[in-house]
Amino acid sequence: MIALERRPQPSQAWSAAAPLLAVLLTMIFGGILFAALGKDPLVAIRTIFWDPLFGEFASFSRPQLLVKAGPLILIAVGLAMGFRAGIWNIGAEGQYILGAICGAAAGLAFYPMEARWLIFPIMVIAGGLGGLLWAMIPGLLKVRFGTNEILVSLMLVYVAEQLLAAMALGTLKNPEGMGFPGSRNLKQWVSSANPELIAGTGMHWGVVAAFIAVIGGYVLLSRHLLGFRIRLAGQSPRAAAFSGVNPNRLILVCLGISGCLAGLAGMFEVSGPAGQITIDFNSGYGFTAIIVAFLGRLHPVGILFAGLLMALTYVGGEVAQLTLQLPGAAIQLFQGMLLFFLLAVDVLTNFRFRFGRREVKA
Amino acid sequence: MRFERLEQFLDALMSSSISPTLLIASLMVASTPIMLAAIGELVVERAGVLNLGVEGMMITGAVCGFIVGVTTNSPAIGFLGAAAGGAILSMLFAVLTQLLLSNQVATGLALTLFGLGLSALMGQSWIGIKSPTLQRIDLGPLTDLPFVGRVIFGHDPMVYVALGIVAGVWAFFRFTRAGLIVRAVGENHDAAHALGYNVVLIRFLAIGFGGACAGLGGAYLSLVRVPQWTEGMTAGAGWIALAIVVFASWKPWRLLLGAWLFGGVTVLQLNLQAAGVAIPVEYLSMSPYIATIVVLVIMSAGRAPGSLGRTFHAST
Amino acid sequence: MTAALLDLKGLTKAYPGVVANENVSLAIAPGEIHALLGENGAGKSTLVKTIYGLVKPDSGAMTLSGKPYTPAEPRAARAMGVAMVFQHFSLFDALDVAENIALGMENPPPLRDLARRIREVSETYGLPLDPTRIVGDLSAGERQRVEIIRCLLQDPKLLIMDEPTSVLTPQEVAILFETLRKLKAEGTSILYISHKLEEIRTLCDTATILRLGKNVGTCDPRETSAREMAEMMVGGTLHVPEKADAMGGRVRLSLRGLKAPSPRAFGTALKDISLEVKRGEVLGIGGVAGNGQDELLLALSGEMRVGKSMIRLDDEEIGHLGPDGRRARGLLCAPEERMGHAAAPDMSLTENALLSAHARKNLMSRGFLKWGKARAFAEEIISAFDVRTPGPGNAARSLSGGNLQKFVIGREILQDPEVFVVNQPTWGVDASAAAAIRQAILDLATKGAAVIVISQDLDELMEVSDRFAALNEGRLSEPVPAKGLTVDRIGLMLGGAHDMHVAEEVRA
Repeated sequence: MIALERRPQPSQAWSAAAPLLAVLLTMIFGGILFAALGKDPLVAIRTIFWDPLFGEFASFSRPQLLVKAGPLILIAVGLAMGFRAGIWNIGAEGQYILGAICGAAAGLAFYPMEARWLIFPIMVIAGGLGGLLWAMIPGLLKVRFGTNEILVSLMLVYVAEQLLAAMALGTLKNPEGMGFPGSRNLKQWVSSANPELIAGTGMHWGVVAAFIAVIGGYVLLSRHLLGFRIRLAGQSPRAAAFSGVNPNRLILVCLGISGCLAGLAGMFEVSGPAGQITIDFNSGYGFTAIIVAFLGRLHPVGILFAGLLMALTYVGGEVAQLTLQLPGAAIQLFQGMLLFFLLAVDVLTNFRFRFGRREVKA
Repeated sequence: MRFERLEQFLDALMSSSISPTLLIASLMVASTPIMLAAIGELVVERAGVLNLGVEGMMITGAVCGFIVGVTTNSPAIGFLGAAAGGAILSMLFAVLTQLLLSNQVATGLALTLFGLGLSALMGQSWIGIKSPTLQRIDLGPLTDLPFVGRVIFGHDPMVYVALGIVAGVWAFFRFTRAGLIVRAVGENHDAAHALGYNVVLIRFLAIGFGGACAGLGGAYLSLVRVPQWTEGMTAGAGWIALAIVVFASWKPWRLLLGAWLFGGVTVLQLNLQAAGVAIPVEYLSMSPYIATIVVLVIMSAGRAPGSLGRTFHAST
Repeated sequence: MTAALLDLKGLTKAYPGVVANENVSLAIAPGEIHALLGENGAGKSTLVKTIYGLVKPDSGAMTLSGKPYTPAEPRAARAMGVAMVFQHFSLFDALDVAENIALGMENPPPLRDLARRIREVSETYGLPLDPTRIVGDLSAGERQRVEIIRCLLQDPKLLIMDEPTSVLTPQEVAILFETLRKLKAEGTSILYISHKLEEIRTLCDTATILRLGKNVGTCDPRETSAREMAEMMVGGTLHVPEKADAMGGRVRLSLRGLKAPSPRAFGTALKDISLEVKRGEVLGIGGVAGNGQDELLLALSGEMRVGKSMIRLDDEEIGHLGPDGRRARGLLCAPEERMGHAAAPDMSLTENALLSAHARKNLMSRGFLKWGKARAFAEEIISAFDVRTPGPGNAARSLSGGNLQKFVIGREILQDPEVFVVNQPTWGVDASAAAAIRQAILDLATKGAAVIVISQDLDELMEVSDRFAALNEGRLSEPVPAKGLTVDRIGLMLGGAHDMHVAEEVRA
């Protein structure tokens, strides 16, 4: 029999090695999946993980890496704070949409004024605030009525999607758009555009914000009392209460941080890469960011790498869709698989396998 | 994850003004997929496991059921396939959470993300096909009765199967020793272990049952309600099922109420859309989700099983 | 003496880093009450779990009624007539008494018949119990009755009882002993695990003493003095804490009409508690588990907010303040549960030092943490309180119960509390560590702090307290001087025998 035995303390080595092992296992099983779909697994893996960086058309795909990684990292850093504290904000996708709507609406209210120094900062604030307030709904309901934040935040994603459609078709519709759904293009208006800052890199203000969030998140978690309390509350809620953590305040703070960062990600996306509010503006970053957060071990620096890796699977997946006709869903499945393997190998951080007779410890 | 299925059976549902008989009859149908998924999850949670992967198992059930149903040209076999698909996927969750002791919340989310991807991949070449569907049961004179005939007796068999499962689960927990053991495991897994019950095995079985029920619920969408395969067609139904379990305070008969309440809101807003009320369609489409939140706010008072969501390891 | 009912020969069981049982042999005769005596960590639990089929020995053999006995699981043990009453009850709060009992039986009758049989057995053995009540609402003594009746319904040949009296009032103990003697008269053997010597001397026929996993001797407890047994158990003489007489100082902490609902399901609400603690005084609060001890600690630590005027520290009303505000004013607490309440198991000792000391020990500035100072403080606790650990970087869960308790108590005491409240300071701690902890608490009082010790161990309370009060169903009795209190008087203060009309007869 194989038995699991609790380690006296968590293994640092395994904690770091688990994501790498998970990526490796995902590549192996992903390869099997691609083979089952009738593609050469090695070519598929190379197309996804190598070609976007060093392949023939890398100059086109490389900037996309930061464009995709930016929102993923920004959202995931926020989510990680909550996940660490045992507060499960699953509705980042909704907060992302609300950030985009609020950011765009705040900007468009001034159209066609030309005052970038005023309008763009207002949009940033409105975007962050939009996400924050949307996240406050599950927060306040949990604090006040004890409702489950997982379910409420998720329900609000569907509400936000309908709201997005209503905005694209109604309130924010471009009056000069010849009846087509969608708002004015924010990217083409100098006051609201979030352009590529350094040509050929994909770097825009949202990516800058993501880097700032990584640094801020790292300092918060490792050096600040709030970060300590977030970690404490997640590991041992009663010890946290003893230490002096006010659980209700922590719920609001964690949901507020993650909502605000998701809202910012949405605002930077709508004013930059996406350009306008459309019915299908949201593309699932809010959900993929959950995978990124876990893959990065809920650690800001880990999330930075995980976000880049996940962005690579997006970009590589698109390349593979074009060149190998690999279905888009296969990439989605691939990402889901990665999270599964990570959760599976994670057991080794806290337990070790013992071969031999089954034991029950006294 | 759009609400595409709505448009597809709009016309089938309603053409003229809103009739109470048809409203209640379609409520019975609208509540069935959620009822199935929720009753499965209720058993899982009563065994002390929180599986947030209902949405993923439902959509996998929807695609499995559809593929099997179309291939065999038999909706009944399709439902069996859906139950098998949901159960197999749930075993992934069971292995991770029960054997490898992973966090149940994270694993449930992973299951949903994985299920959405898997179903999209499996269903790729099945889009746009129409499936064979279940016929309404005709009970002759009973079905012809005014009002009750249409509301109670005129449905397809799965409506009654769902009600039967709910009643069965109720009786299982109320009268059987096995039901008592499942409740005990969910209430205090350490004590159950000390008494010599196999906590992990019992939870495996419960999780498998939950997966099979979620699969049936998903297949009801793809084989009966729509009946077609579209990506993301469950549109949050699995999450609503989770909310209904909380609403029901983990009691089967209250789950029935929750499912009907949700079914009622869904049907009503569809009817309002069809009746051309002067509210944009998007705002009406939000209503089932907002209703779910309202229900959660009103009903958060029940006592959850004592070990719900906690990881069990025999040495701790 | 007839042939043994259960015979253990050379049982050995090792875990990584520790040998729990080493070559343990003992024999239990039919109809004998056999005591298994030893300190915490002496290997009693492992031995009992081996007999009950929860642990498989590495080597050694067991025979039951002359036949080889190797239970693969508790079910098998029960089928062969071995039943066990657990120390931490294996009960299900949300289920009723009959359902709980049915779960512990192999082939339970239908619930209706079972309810009738529960009533019969409970009357025969003087253990009244209503089969329809929800277990979560029962007192600790009543919960134990559920376990005992569950065992008795299966006509066991051997009944194992793990520390059964730790949750009982003296009156309830007397009733339990009557029940056990009745069982013995009917031919049932009892393996009685305890570290309370006087109990063993009044009840048991034979005593086997374990120390560090080894059988260090068997004796007849009626012929052996408590002191001799204690020395066999501890392997040396014990240091008894010294205590200076309390000065008649001014009142530091006072509670006035403290009322609060319990924050957890099946908890006990606090009902109108009033008390005062003076400078240099130790107030002992006794009570059977589950009578509001946890809630009282939560109300004092600030984890549970109460009415502003209900708690007064010196001249300030502090009932509305949270833990940080109370610590800043010098009121420090140490809860009962070490793992997960007083300390976070997966965090390092440095982080755990920070957990309650961040403000008082100046371990941060403007919210930013000073990890170097936190580590130094952790090291200070480790050396001052003799905590056995490789260093402050180790996780709290890697420490033994006694060591972690020393760390937790040390963490609070080294913050120089002005008022210190501690719940179960030595629960599950070996005798020498317990003596050190009690001494530290007394030294604190001698230095002028006001101290409240909440404990279920009456001997401990008599040792450290100046005044004594009892918690019973959330109410606190009038505190009385501890000197000269009799066991009977204390028992009545603790609430006598819960729900037990036969109590008076037994005492008579």
